Amino acid sequence: MSSLAASAPDKESGQEELLGNIKARKFRDRLFALAGLMSLLFALLTLLALVVDLAMTGAPRLSYEFFTNFPSRFAERAGILSAWVGSLCIMLTTAFCAIPVGVAAGTYLEEYAPKNWVTQLIELNILNLAGIPSITFGLMALGIFVYKLGLGHSILTAGLTLGLLVLPIVIVTTREAIRAIPNSIREASYAVGASKWQTIRHHILPYSSGGIMTGVIISLSRAIGETAPIITIGALTFVAFLPTSPVKPDFPFVSFQWLKDPFTALPIQMFNWLSRPQEEFHVNAAATGIVLLLMTLLLNGVAIYIRYRFRKKMKW
Amino acid sequence: MNTKQMPASLRAEVKNLNFFYGPKQVLKSVSLPIYENRMTALIGPSGCGKTTLLRCFNRMHDLYATANYQGEIVLHPGARNILGKEIDPMEVRMRIGMVFQKPNPFPKTIFENVAYGLKVRGVRKKSFIEERVVKSLQQAGLWNEVKDRLHSHATDMSGGQQQRLCIARALATEPEILLLDEPTSALDPISTAHIEELITELKKEITIVMVTHNLHQAARTADYTAYMYLGEVIEFGDTDQIFTTPNDTRTENYITGRFG
Repeated sequence: MSSLAASAPDKESGQEELLGNIKARKFRDRLFALAGLMSLLFALLTLLALVVDLAMTGAPRLSYEFFTNFPSRFAERAGILSAWVGSLCIMLTTAFCAIPVGVAAGTYLEEYAPKNWVTQLIELNILNLAGIPSITFGLMALGIFVYKLGLGHSILTAGLTLGLLVLPIVIVTTREAIRAIPNSIREASYAVGASKWQTIRHHILPYSSGGIMTGVIISLSRAIGETAPIITIGALTFVAFLPTSPVKPDFPFVSFQWLKDPFTALPIQMFNWLSRPQEEFHVNAAATGIVLLLMTLLLNGVAIYIRYRFRKKMKW
Repeated sequence: MNTKQMPASLRAEVKNLNFFYGPKQVLKSVSLPIYENRMTALIGPSGCGKTTLLRCFNRMHDLYATANYQGEIVLHPGARNILGKEIDPMEVRMRIGMVFQKPNPFPKTIFENVAYGLKVRGVRKKSFIEERVVKSLQQAGLWNEVKDRLHSHATDMSGGQQQRLCIARALATEPEILLLDEPTSALDPISTAHIEELITELKKEITIVMVTHNLHQAARTADYTAYMYLGEVIEFGDTDQIFTTPNDTRTENYITGRFG
C-alpha cells in the first residue's frame, strides 16, 4: 500500500496516482473478461462446427421412410424403425425402474436417515457411483441380469442396466429438490399434527416434484445416448423386426412379452453404420445422430419448461 | 389486562424444566404457570431461550435429534406431562397449535391451508370442514378479504394476510393452547396492529403463549409476562406489575432499556 489517497501535501499528483491505479486494475479486469469470453467461444464454436457438420451430412437422408424402414443392406432403403422403437421401449423400462427406486432412496436419505457416518458413507458412494464408467455397469449387468437371472439379451435387461446407471443421478437430484424446501414448511406441517409420512406425501414430494422430474428427464436424456453398456449386454446391430405388441386381441389384452424381446437402439444403429466401409452408410449414421441429438434437446427442453412452471408456482 | 376481573385457572404448568441442545443447556430450571384464556408473554434479550421454551410446548424440538428435555410441562385438566417419553409428540401438536415468526403458508390454496389440520386427522365430512374453515378465517379476521377467493394460492397474499392465514390454520383444529413465536416480527406496523387486535380478541376463548421482541407489544396485549435471561425465568407476574414495579433489578434494567 503506497501513499495512494493519503498523499495530502501534493493533491494534484495524488489524484493522478489514484486514477492511474484504478486504470491499471480495470485493465486487468477487462483482460480476464476477454480471456473468459475467448474460452467460451472456443468451446461453443467447436460444438457448433460438430453439429453443423452432422446436420449437413445427415439431413439429406432424413425422410419419412427413414423412420418407418427397417435397416437394410442398401443404405438408401435403410431406416431406423427398430432402433427408435427399441430406444423408446428401453427408456420406458429405465424410467419405470429408476424413478420409484431413486425417488424413494433420495427421500429416505434426506428425510429419514440419521445424520451419522454411515449415511455420509452412503452419500459419498452414491456420488462415486455416478462417476463410474458406464461399461462397468454393462459388464455387471451381463453377469447378473443376463447370466445369473437369465433375463437374456432383452429390452428388460437394457432397461434395468440403464436404470441402475442413472439411479445415482435420480437420487442426487431428488435430494437437491427436497433440500430446496425450506424447513419452515416442514415445521408448519408438523405443528398441526401431521406425521412424517403425511408431511412427505402432502408437502415434500409435491413441492419437489418439479425438481425431481427435471432430474429424471435429464438422466433419461443421458441414458438414451448410452452405447457401451447395451453393447456389453448384447444389443443386436441388425434388427428387422419390432418387439411384440403390448396389446393383444385376447384377454388380458396387455402383453409384457416385449420386455423379453431382443432389441437394438439408436446409438447402436449409429455405431453399426459408422463402422461400415461404405460412405452411404455414414450418411445414415449422421442422420441417426441428428435424431438422437434432437431427442436429447427435446427432453432437456421439457425439463427446462417443467422447472420454469414449478418455480413460478412454488413460492415460500 | 381487562380480562382479569375473573380469577384465572391453571391451563398448564412448566415445572423445573431443563433443556439441552446436545451438550449445551439452553433452559435452566424454568418454572412457569400458564393461565386459561389469558395471554402470557415471554420477553427477554436475544438468545435468552424464550423461543426454545415456547417450542417445548408442542415438542417441536423432537424433530431434531440432539434435543433433550428434563422436567415437566403439565397440561390441565388431567395433569399430563406432555414432555413425558410415553407421550407421542404428534398428540401434543394436535392439542397445542403454533404460529411461527415468518408466515409459512403451504404453497397450496387458502382453503387447503386452513383445512390441513383436519385433513391430517382424517376428517372427511365436507360440510364440517367447510364450516371450520369459515369459522377459523373469521376468527383470524381474514374472512372478508378472502371469502371470494378461497381457492386461490395462499402465497399470493400479503405478508400480514399470510400470517393471519397461519393463525386460521392453527385455530381450525381448536387447539387447547395457541403458541405465537414473534408473530409480527416480519410484518409492517399496520399488519402488526391488525394481528395484535386479533389476538386480544382471541384470548377471550383460547389460552395464548407469545414470544415477543417488542416490549410494547407485550405491555399492550399480555395479561402475564415472564422475563427471561440466559435460559432462566427471572421474573413472572401480571404484565402491569412487571412493567411498572418489577421486583428484580435485572427485569427493571431490561424494561427500562438499560440493556438488551
